[in-house]
Amino acid sequence: MAADIVFDALRTALGPTAAAYALLAIGLNIHFGFTGLLNFGQAGFMLVGAYGVAITVSTFGGPLWLGVLVGMLAAVVLALILGVPTLRLRADYLAITTIAAAEILRLLVRSTAAEPITGGVFGLRQFGGDFFALNPLPDGRTYFGALAASPNRAWVMLVGWSLVALMTLLVWALIRSPWGRVIRSIREDEDAARSLGKNVFSYKMQSLVLGGVIGSLGGALFALSLQTVQPDTFLPQVTFFAFAILILGGTASTGGPIVGAIIFWFLIGSLQSGLRRFSDADMLPEFFGAQAVGAVTLTFVGVLLMALMIFRPQGILGDKKELQLDVS
Amino acid sequence: MTRVSRLGLLVLLVFAALGSLGPAALAQTSESIGGRLVAEGDGVAGVDISVATEDGEPIGVATTDDDGEWSVDLPEEGTYLVTLDPATLPEGVELRNPERQELEIRVSEGSSATALFALGEREEGGNILLQRLAQSTYNGVKFGLIIAMTAIGLSLIFGTTGLINFAHGDLVTLGAFLAYTFNVIVGLHLIPAALIAIVLTAAFSGGIDAGLWRPLRRRGTGLIAMLVISIGLAFVIRHVILFFFGGSRRPYNDYTLQLAMQVGPIRVQPVELWVMGLSVLILVGVALMLTRTRLGKGMRAVADNRDLAESSGIDVQRVILSVWIMGGALTAVGGIFLGMIESVDYLMGFRLLLLMFAGVILGGLGTAYGAMLGSLIVGLVSEVSTVFFSSQLKLVWALGVLIIILLVRPQGLLGQKERIG
Repeated sequence: MAADIVFDALRTALGPTAAAYALLAIGLNIHFGFTGLLNFGQAGFMLVGAYGVAITVSTFGGPLWLGVLVGMLAAVVLALILGVPTLRLRADYLAITTIAAAEILRLLVRSTAAEPITGGVFGLRQFGGDFFALNPLPDGRTYFGALAASPNRAWVMLVGWSLVALMTLLVWALIRSPWGRVIRSIREDEDAARSLGKNVFSYKMQSLVLGGVIGSLGGALFALSLQTVQPDTFLPQVTFFAFAILILGGTASTGGPIVGAIIFWFLIGSLQSGLRRFSDADMLPEFFGAQAVGAVTLTFVGVLLMALMIFRPQGILGDKKELQLDVS
Repeated sequence: MTRVSRLGLLVLLVFAALGSLGPAALAQTSESIGGRLVAEGDGVAGVDISVATEDGEPIGVATTDDDGEWSVDLPEEGTYLVTLDPATLPEGVELRNPERQELEIRVSEGSSATALFALGEREEGGNILLQRLAQSTYNGVKFGLIIAMTAIGLSLIFGTTGLINFAHGDLVTLGAFLAYTFNVIVGLHLIPAALIAIVLTAAFSGGIDAGLWRPLRRRGTGLIAMLVISIGLAFVIRHVILFFFGGSRRPYNDYTLQLAMQVGPIRVQPVELWVMGLSVLILVGVALMLTRTRLGKGMRAVADNRDLAESSGIDVQRVILSVWIMGGALTAVGGIFLGMIESVDYLMGFRLLLLMFAGVILGGLGTAYGAMLGSLIVGLVSEVSTVFFSSQLKLVWALGVLIIILLVRPQGLLGQKERIG
């Protein structure tokens, strides 16, 4: 049974969901790790990315590339709307506004009024045809050995992790550029950056937009891998999963989100698979149903967040010197 | 094979057959949800009705037959959301009240529940508008008072420590569920159960200050790190409650199912009047405590300027501990009141947290009176919005207020300008 659990966990850790969350965490790393912006609404950026694809393709019959583009543009607009009132204020105002905005978006897309476009509580489906038509992998066999991915899943994994690698490379290059030095100096001391003549507000806004767009790509990937979008996928806890991934991997380290996503989902996968298999084998008390498994998983995420922040705030790859963040 | 073992085999087979019959026989008496759609006396056919769990997980979709009848089998007892798809209604037939497109239905064990969608002409009219305005204003004050009670603690904790406590909403849930435990599971009357719950929540809240936050403050942990820790704590509290109590909404044993009285244009339940009266008393009490007593003055002094307060001889750590204890007690009261006028569920506090944030920022982060004023406004805005817009969006309007106030007056109605940095 132990081997089964490890394989289940590996399948989760390297699956499309982990890749989508890695993208969310890369976006958050730009916001929180490098600029010091406390974005608690990454679920909202993910939502506009996912619904951008779903609405364009499923509701209006447009092509896939347009859907991804619409999602990215919506993320830019969302970042501007959020940034204008809050980026001049303290970091915690941004936190509250972003979590509120993400909830507003979720309630709007699930409302009856929006149902003709977003499908309301039912969500949308059947928008991945174009994406899977591009799949070059031949049918009828499984991929990645013991991970036993179907051709479609293998295709999403390939695209997803390539996207993650590409974005990581982009962040790596950006952080070493003059632009990266400015946003890190804003994180360290906003007034110092301002006194050097840098337009702090504008740099913060650029960071918010960039991280948001990367988050929306994570949303698009998530929607394509599940072949369905539903509003209640984008609960606030999604953002905190991404935060746990970022902090676990190492805030303000370029590779942190990848390491964090793989290890986080390995832990979650083994926990869920273990509980499920023990439950199937009647080794757990009877009340341990699906809801209890979910509750245990989320409690674990909470404990993980607390323990990391108390005992190892720099995570696995992080540098403690990069973490003198504070509300300023 | 001997005779005896053959007999044994037969017995085993009979048992196996009975065993396999068991679940099938049970399935026939299991839970379901259904109903009949009728417009002007005739059944309405071909309408899609979907059933989902409270968390939005779909169970199934049924289409009404020629008689207008539909039914969906359910996996277990619990509360379900039943949604009618208006797009599939035939021409000329509408929901009488468009807001009642999604119904929340409680299904008890082994029973089949009925979901009723009223079809026909929409109800409109000037008199009804006034009546709905009055009713929603009343509801808004009711919720605003509860938000205010819970938000004072949030605001004072921020004022004294700089921490935005994301676990504050889950203290509300904790208080409500502790009262539920003593009321429904232990069997006490709600009043002693509530008192025990308030004391326990206050002790828990003080305990996390002494056991978690104070050591972290002493270590010089940054505020953002503490904020993330409070999110982790919120996850733990919320999902431990989910683990033990499940996700369904539960009522208390006492003061439920009261008949509503008609007071002028407003429908009022006696329990609501008690809740509102007690809330006002408690809020006035807190305000007097903050202005008249030594401890209250200390709280305001620390919230105003911590260093100055410390250098003038106030024991800052003791004041902070008292703020956590008082905040914990107030959240428990708020949670129990909310449970009395609605029901308790593991997400009630988190939903309230966003409204508390809106109220606290609207009134001015760090101020106690601002939190009261802002929360009342937020409660009113969200409830009155249901007169003009869909009730599914009432949280949207409340949070919209939050964003607008940040644009226009970021320090809030009663806040001081330098606080926002």
